Amino acid sequence: MIELGTQSDIKLINEDGLRIDGRKFNELRPIRIEVGVLNRADGSAYIEWGGNKVLVAVYGPREAFPKHTQNPSRAIINARYNMAAFSVDERKRPGPDRRAVEISKVIGEALECAVFTEQFPRTSIDVYIEVLQADAGTRIAGLTAASVALVDAGIPMKDLVVGCASGKIDGKVVLDLNKEEDNFGQADLPMAIIPRTQEIVLLQMDGNMTRDELEEAVELSKKAAMYISDLQKEALLAKYKASESEKEGERSE
Amino acid sequence: MKRKVSAVSKSADEIVYGLKREYLEKICAEGSRIDGRKFDEIRTAVVNTNFVPRAEGSAEVRLGDTRVLVGIKIEQGEPFPDTPNSGILTTNAELLPMASPTFESGPPGEDAIELARVVDRGIRESKMIDLDKLVIKEGEKVWVVFIDMHILDYDGNLIDACSLGAVAALLEAKVPASKIGAEDFQLPINHIPINVTFAKIGNTLLADPNLEEEEVASARLSVATNENGDVVAMQKGLGGSITKEELFSAVDTSIKVGKDIRKRVLGK
Repeated sequence: MIELGTQSDIKLINEDGLRIDGRKFNELRPIRIEVGVLNRADGSAYIEWGGNKVLVAVYGPREAFPKHTQNPSRAIINARYNMAAFSVDERKRPGPDRRAVEISKVIGEALECAVFTEQFPRTSIDVYIEVLQADAGTRIAGLTAASVALVDAGIPMKDLVVGCASGKIDGKVVLDLNKEEDNFGQADLPMAIIPRTQEIVLLQMDGNMTRDELEEAVELSKKAAMYISDLQKEALLAKYKASESEKEGERSE
Repeated sequence: MKRKVSAVSKSADEIVYGLKREYLEKICAEGSRIDGRKFDEIRTAVVNTNFVPRAEGSAEVRLGDTRVLVGIKIEQGEPFPDTPNSGILTTNAELLPMASPTFESGPPGEDAIELARVVDRGIRESKMIDLDKLVIKEGEKVWVVFIDMHILDYDGNLIDACSLGAVAALLEAKVPASKIGAEDFQLPINHIPINVTFAKIGNTLLADPNLEEEEVASARLSVATNENGDVVAMQKGLGGSITKEELFSAVDTSIKVGKDIRKRVLGK
């Protein structure tokens, strides 16, 4: 556990310009994505991103319930971001808090930008995001895995949704903050895009950045998102290849 | 209670909605807004402070026809274990059913929660209040600042109306230290954050959207800046997207409009 203190007490970037976990300013933490990890769900994905471990299940499109939530012209996306009680240092009280409600809302809205919701009137597409272990950047990890799970569920989309946070630590703009950097840094900017069109679909920011720093951060996040999008596609391809070779096996028997 | 809507009348609503959206997109593309404002022009903002003298600070804000009332209460409480040397800030929003036929009574829904959290973020992240000066006894007792925002009349852009109300109320708030035998003192203020919200209609960003604009907007973006022109908080909302160019044009407008509000409305 880190001793509590003010920003000035803790040095987040050393003399060589490296961060406390040894990364360069524009370096991502390791990311691994797996598709189709749950049996019952219509689609699912699992992502490990640094110390984050997030599991996502998609159900639907299915009849929206309660009925008054139905929209006659399109599907509603019902995202639920939930942190496990044991996912953080101090046990989190189970159930949705105000932070989780807000995060669920912005994740749902971001996915809505990509899904062809008008193809499924009166239905809901339910996206359940479980944070099993948290290490800063959980909403973006969850969203990135959620869009993969939507593809796994066969839901038509104009592209994947993918994101990456950037921020400011020790006065310097850096990519993909970890827990300590998030706690003791000066700004955090979670952002997600649709790679094909480069549209921004999720954007939040807190802290303090000049306009120039903000521009630098947005650019860093964007570049990283394009790279992570390739990881999403590789993960989807890996599942497809696996099921193909299974079929091959059956045929040869 | 939600009004029951039959399938038929709902689709009629859908048609009207579609026509409204088409019309607003058309006039925006032609360079105008439904109430004649410029794209970066906010509605008339009127701030009336000390509306509720019993509160430690208060402000009634009218932003066009949107009307909100913000009250500040400051009470003694225990600090959070991870910040023993710091006062506490807590923000809450009530979408009162009196303010709109679409608001229902009951516990805060996701819209009210998002509203409160976005307003809170602007104030907290700008370090507007010097929370370190609100310690009564280290690790044991601190002042807790409650910001409660009541929506009285809803004509769009609650985020900016509430942010402005909260800032105005905090600027005049007094810490009731006489209750513990000391002298009342002005709430210590470091910065003045101003939030400016935009609605995207078609390919246009409109500052301070009214209800009609808000209803047909594809995306919403709020940008809070401080008096130095730094960005301190942002929030994108709704199921549509924005481009990078739109983001930075919003940042520029927010800095400009923020300066204007600080000077013209708050006299700072």
